[in-house]
Amino acid sequence: MSGDCFHCGQPIPGDVQLSVTIDGEPRAMCCRGCQAVAEAIVANHLEDYYRHRTAPATTPQELVPEALGRLAVYDHPDIQKSFVIDAGEHTREAVLILEGITCAACIWLNERHLMQLPGVKAVSVNYATHRARIAWDEREISLSRILSEIRLLGYDAHPYNAHAAETLRRQRRSQDLRRLFVAGLASAQVMMFAIALYAGAYYYDMDHGTAQLMRWASLILSIPVVLYSAVPFYRAAWSGLKSRHLNMDVPVSLAVVSGFWGSAWVTWQGEGVVYFDTITMFVFILLASRFLEQGAREKSVEAAENLLKLAPAMATRVRDGRQEVVPVLELAPGDVILARPGEAIAADGVVVEGESSADEALLTGESRPVPKRPGDGVIAASVNLEGPLLVRVTGVGENTVLAGIVRLLDRAQAQKPRLAQLADRVAGWFTLALLLLALATGIGWALVAPERVFEIVLAVLVVTCPCALSIAAPAAIAAASSSLLKRGILLTRGHALETLARVDHVVLDKTGTLTHGRPWLERVIPLGRLDEDRARVLAASLEQASEHPLAASFLAAVPADRLLPVTAAQNTPGVGVAGTIEGVRYQLGNARVLKTVPPLPADVPPGATVVWLARDGQPLAAFLLGDRLRDEAPALMERLAAMGVAVTILSGDAEPAVRHVAQALGVRDWRAQMRPEDKLAALQALQQAGRVVAMVGDGVNDAPVLAAAQVSIAMGGGTQVARSSSDIVLLSENLLDVARALHTGRRAIAVMKSNFAWAVGYNLVALPFAVLGYIPPWVAAIGMSASSLIVVLNALRLK
Amino acid sequence: MASILFFLIGLSTLVFLALAVGIWWAVKSGQFDDLEGPAQRILMDDDDPLLPGRDRQLKDGE
Repeated sequence: MSGDCFHCGQPIPGDVQLSVTIDGEPRAMCCRGCQAVAEAIVANHLEDYYRHRTAPATTPQELVPEALGRLAVYDHPDIQKSFVIDAGEHTREAVLILEGITCAACIWLNERHLMQLPGVKAVSVNYATHRARIAWDEREISLSRILSEIRLLGYDAHPYNAHAAETLRRQRRSQDLRRLFVAGLASAQVMMFAIALYAGAYYYDMDHGTAQLMRWASLILSIPVVLYSAVPFYRAAWSGLKSRHLNMDVPVSLAVVSGFWGSAWVTWQGEGVVYFDTITMFVFILLASRFLEQGAREKSVEAAENLLKLAPAMATRVRDGRQEVVPVLELAPGDVILARPGEAIAADGVVVEGESSADEALLTGESRPVPKRPGDGVIAASVNLEGPLLVRVTGVGENTVLAGIVRLLDRAQAQKPRLAQLADRVAGWFTLALLLLALATGIGWALVAPERVFEIVLAVLVVTCPCALSIAAPAAIAAASSSLLKRGILLTRGHALETLARVDHVVLDKTGTLTHGRPWLERVIPLGRLDEDRARVLAASLEQASEHPLAASFLAAVPADRLLPVTAAQNTPGVGVAGTIEGVRYQLGNARVLKTVPPLPADVPPGATVVWLARDGQPLAAFLLGDRLRDEAPALMERLAAMGVAVTILSGDAEPAVRHVAQALGVRDWRAQMRPEDKLAALQALQQAGRVVAMVGDGVNDAPVLAAAQVSIAMGGGTQVARSSSDIVLLSENLLDVARALHTGRRAIAVMKSNFAWAVGYNLVALPFAVLGYIPPWVAAIGMSASSLIVVLNALRLK
Repeated sequence: MASILFFLIGLSTLVFLALAVGIWWAVKSGQFDDLEGPAQRILMDDDDPLLPGRDRQLKDGE
């Protein structure tokens, strides 16, 4: 049987013959793990999963009894204390983070399967956050059973410690939604009455009783908006006033409150014009824009919190020759822990026994697996790849490299909103001027014609209402970001566009950003009688059984139907693989498979990854592996140069690899072997020199730098942390979009400027007339709406 | 004419209240927590003929 695994989509090794009957047809499986999961799915009549899924599942790790034993720790009351809530006499509730969710069918599968377990009361999985809320009866089922059932389906579940902050955020979001809906419904309804009133007063000679009816209905419908929906504006205005700081919320609150009471007075008197439509609409539009902005920000916070789960919660401690599973929190420096292959390492430490390599790409940007021997340091949350390691713990929790990166991220994020504060301060002066003007107008008219004071002050407040002004920027941002989104460029923070337009320096990470971030078979050097093609096929065939990350690069270079069957395959961690093909024994691996290392051609860069194919210790061929440049990278450099933007490459990778890439792209300014703090320092040096920097990156190590740059762009295929700490995410994975985003940013700023010019110009022209009493409030309202409409239409040109 | 207006305006106010209460309940019951999943969930066919639960219970009961 050949081809790809039906369950996880991985290629099936030549000597594996496993299958599961799904929907009446035998389907090939690549390993026992997939087979077990598929069988569990079929046995529970959940085949629908295969029909509806849009992405293959992740390859499950084989279920070993130890893994099940480790789950039992979660039943311990002390450990449950931190994440399980009592939701009734015997009912317990917990939030779990599910790993391996690739599409909506995964959610369906989990929910269906868990709900049919006896004792499980409620399951709901959130697709956006990958979190599952589960309630169960502790008399009938244990948490470890639930966790192991989830694992049986091929997913991994970790308890998620729901902080008080998370609950608070949920409540606030619900409340915001309610306020928004109430304002939306009410404004739609009040607007209907308002149109009837305006039309009735000028064309149809509406009788007094009907007009009063409309006014009273508008009044009643406006009450919930004024007393409930608009509350956040009052609060913000009040807290602003208390700290002696005028913000935009002050005139908003003033307009809403005075508009409402003035109109209510008019309704009571039965004579005059009411403005209920104006204020309800106003509140609705403002709430809607704030809600959207808030949503994007919350998503990034959630992602940052999920980062902490990168580090495993449990570790295997070795003491007096015995293994015991303990929570990571209980580890102390000096303890010895066992790190199994394929697992994330629980703490920072030093290897005391065993040989392996670790994948540190997410944390350091180093693209290749780093070999680990006794005496070498390992980093918490890096993944142990080949053999088991015994590690003496040097740092846990707050003392790990990972925690340090999270702290850097926090600090950089905290430093960010200075730009926003500046904008608010300018708005403060504008507001003050507006209020003083309205006051002066009121006093002036009180001396001349007291009966017209309310009408004219309201007209002034409405005409100068910063509505067009305040939507001038958001409308342009919304139009630009939706046009960007269509091309796969996601803006996560509104301010990014404004800054994008000013960017004059782009800093790029190498691994995963300029390159694909995966090793690629670059060159085959035949050393014996073998030709290039034969050597490639032999190597790929040998790698079929290997789980080493380099194996995938060999397999990608040869079509699956040309692979040869391998017998007596053998995997030696730290060396390579061996196997018999057509009766001949071959070895493939690092220089240790050779008796003597032959010289390589002079044009091979020192430090390139070389894999050898050998027979009895005699070299047959050498393979050069490298991280391949993205195809569009050179074009990006041209575009940036054409736009007058400077480019710097900062990479955590070794020097030769970075130099190679920089030369290929013609970039003169590059630095290698940068730790996250070095990158941050380099970036801040650029900023102090007055450059406006856009940072493009993908890894955890880039996160602090991304957060500190004026604008940050993350690759969509990068890590969650990188995405969460950046302003723009390139879902398209196309580097050219960096230039496109800069271009759109510049256009958006041009539109914003014309919008501001229009809004301010309109206000300046209309203001004298309103102050002098030539504009009745209803004309002011139409003028304000028209002005807002023009601003929005102008912004739509960006689409 | 006025009386029908009274009725209709009263009715629209009632509709507004009903909608507000409906949305109140929908937000409270978490229908807006996840705005992506449900759009895909509609594609899942979990009609009764499959009845995964019953099989399982029978097996457990034996």
